[in-house]
Amino acid sequence: MNPVSQGAFAAALLDRGDAVPAGLAGRNGAADPLRLAVYRNNVRVGLARALAARFPVTARLVGDAFFRLMADAYVDDRRPASPLLAAYGDDFPDHVAGFPAAAGLAYLADTARLEAAVSRAYHAADAAPLGLADLAGLAGPELGLARLTPHPAAFLIRSAHPVGSIWRTHQKETVTAPDWRPETVLVVRPDLDVGVHLLPAADAGFAAALLDGTPLGSAAEAALAADPDFDFGRALTGLTTLGAFARAVIPGENDDQ
Amino acid sequence: MTRSTLALALAGSLGAALAASAAAAGPLPAEKMVGMEKCYGISLAGQNDCAAGPGTTCAGTSTVDYQKNAWKAVPAGTCETMNVDGHKGMLQPM
Repeated sequence: MNPVSQGAFAAALLDRGDAVPAGLAGRNGAADPLRLAVYRNNVRVGLARALAARFPVTARLVGDAFFRLMADAYVDDRRPASPLLAAYGDDFPDHVAGFPAAAGLAYLADTARLEAAVSRAYHAADAAPLGLADLAGLAGPELGLARLTPHPAAFLIRSAHPVGSIWRTHQKETVTAPDWRPETVLVVRPDLDVGVHLLPAADAGFAAALLDGTPLGSAAEAALAADPDFDFGRALTGLTTLGAFARAVIPGENDDQ
Repeated sequence: MTRSTLALALAGSLGAALAASAAAAGPLPAEKMVGMEKCYGISLAGQNDCAAGPGTTCAGTSTVDYQKNAWKAVPAGTCETMNVDGHKGMLQPM
């Protein structure tokens, strides 16, 4: 019999059943189903613990036992899509959102989204952020047409709940209840350290539009329509200073409509 | 607002903000990366393939419990703290 392939062995490890793949052999010849079961369980436990390490605030919010149930259910459904363990759980927040027993905690999924963004920002590509000097170079008749490319580590979490405050209070030993209001959080890593920043409510839609690639003029018009007191310059320099953008792109003469 | 007056307004607003922040620090320059090395772990802290429970060796345990009833689970962490003052986080459709 041909020895088991790496792919077949990996598939068997993530299988919910207890089938032993053809070609698997133990030291003494025959495969030992019990030893394979140990291996299989170690994989499951390792994946669940990877989730607990990536989502510590979510785990604190619901307690370890409850989190373990959510994580186990996720591990049952999702095999890793990447060989990087740090990438496991990118869609765990969606799983949390649909987890029936957590339905009463409306803010839990968004808190997990923020935690996923923090770890993605940490592992994102390094890039020099756009600076204020670059912004000054944009001032001119084409300013409104310029688009800003998001920094690879920039993530925006818009929530109907105070996820930024919840995340922040859980970085400390003692947890205090935040003022309950919608929050928009910008996660950045302009250099080596991940930054988690609460944005002014008036700037939330503007930030989302710019990170989606909307030209400055259209984004500013929409923000002004929503709030006449919106301050374009302050919002743009603020987001830039935090490290939200990598580049500014001004349409050239050829593609300027 | 016409496109040209919008452009003027935006340019003025940006100019004012840039002037106000001229003394403020921007993002750390890329040069700061020189001589520093980011620690690229292949995994998060403490993960390995021998993780099946405290007190076990790499022999681990073969017990997999697929029968846990997640429906009956009750969150028991700091979410209780978040939900003081009339369960604000739970019932408010915002």
